[in-house]
Amino acid sequence: MAGFLSRERIVAPPGWSRWLVPPAALSIHLAIGQVYAWSAFKGALEKGMDIGGVASALPFTLGIVMLGLSAAVFGTKVDANGPRWAMVVSSSCFVAGFLISALGIWLGQYWLVVLGYGGVGGIGLGIGYISPVSTLIKWFPDRPGLSTGIAIMGFGGGALIANPWTASMLTAFGASGNDPDPNGIALAFLIHGVVYAVFMTMGWLLIRVPADGWKPAGWDPAVQKTRAMVTTAGVSAANAIKTPQFWLLWIVLCFNVTAGIGILERANPIYQDFFRDSTTAETLTSAAVAFVSILSLANMLGRFVWSSLSDVVGRKNIYRIYLGVGALLYIALTFIGEGNKAVFLICAMLILSFYGAGFATIPAYLRDLFGTYQVGAIHGRLLTAWSTAGVLGPIIVNAIADSRADVAGPARYTPAFIVMIVLLVLGFVANELVRPVSDRWHEPAEEKEVAA
Amino acid sequence: MSTRDETGKAPVALVVVAWLWVGIPFLYGLMQLIVKIPALFGG
Repeated sequence: MAGFLSRERIVAPPGWSRWLVPPAALSIHLAIGQVYAWSAFKGALEKGMDIGGVASALPFTLGIVMLGLSAAVFGTKVDANGPRWAMVVSSSCFVAGFLISALGIWLGQYWLVVLGYGGVGGIGLGIGYISPVSTLIKWFPDRPGLSTGIAIMGFGGGALIANPWTASMLTAFGASGNDPDPNGIALAFLIHGVVYAVFMTMGWLLIRVPADGWKPAGWDPAVQKTRAMVTTAGVSAANAIKTPQFWLLWIVLCFNVTAGIGILERANPIYQDFFRDSTTAETLTSAAVAFVSILSLANMLGRFVWSSLSDVVGRKNIYRIYLGVGALLYIALTFIGEGNKAVFLICAMLILSFYGAGFATIPAYLRDLFGTYQVGAIHGRLLTAWSTAGVLGPIIVNAIADSRADVAGPARYTPAFIVMIVLLVLGFVANELVRPVSDRWHEPAEEKEVAA
Repeated sequence: MSTRDETGKAPVALVVVAWLWVGIPFLYGLMQLIVKIPALFGG
């Protein structure tokens, strides 16, 4: 079995189409992107297991924490063992998370849902997230942005599939409405696990690494365009975390993600709280489901559109937009309330597009500042900012919303949104403080050659 | 071991199946979204 999973076993034969690699990556990322549709389970879990908003957010929160931690901890092992090993481990953990959760709901033990989906499944998220990225870059040296954009966009788009699928399944099993059947919720988790196990199989069966020395037909590395404002030096991961630039970007990513995740994780109930009075009860539930899906679409498209724009306007400028305009959008949400649904939707979609774009652009920002020498390892360490944001965002929004359950409408969220605005402003300031890395952290040229 | 991509002629059928494998669920999600968008404004 170890041989089947080894990197040597999946070296592509001559003639292997590199266009098989993006769907292999997508079968993993579209699956684990389901985590963004967690809010589709929240209502059923809260009513079916008699828990509050903070408790129902715990599996998602722990999952995001584990995602960042496992990406940082297992990054080196993923590189060493290869993408098939990583995809099998990711699939196993992600699927086990659903199965453990199903068991926990059947037994009435909610802690098993937290441990299963959040803990075990979260490890699957982290390993799965990084599993295809370096492989895609090797297959597409001529178009690295396109290839990694597809995969990271897939992670953002996973909820687009999972959200309606989960909602329809819960309805079919009598696990929706005001009195959901816990057995129906458990069955939904079980089926999710089985279907994702099959779906992700294509990824680890199909993934291949290019042979040593392989390059795309007609591509010459020597004529690669060199871009201005990008360092040609390299900084090691060990040295990168000693620089202020790393920690400024850590703050930028953390606060940008916190601002987006706060809405994302509670999207369904936020919509219902905003528009309960202006929407009929029959359409409110389906509209809230559509709201989650449309946020997922914005999250997905933002990764591709804004990140591509950063190649033109520069990373620092694009983060000025994510953080500065993001803060203004939160101000608009806070003051417009339920008064204008179109403006509410546009603001929420833009916030989520900036959220997704923050993830997609940060590797390029790191490469600009630290070079390509150990950018993968540096990126893995920076993802701990994601873990931190995964705790901060839901806790801020859910704790404040739960404590203001007696407040009707958008006012229930005003304090939480103000906190988000402050965090975005702090992130904006951190981005302004980013300067090129001092020469003293650069690796000697000979060592870079050896490491490469 | 140094090889050049031979333009991905083989296996075309596998490429099609692989993209359908991920494309069909994605289109399902997209269709579900499009169908539900009027509900956002239906009041």
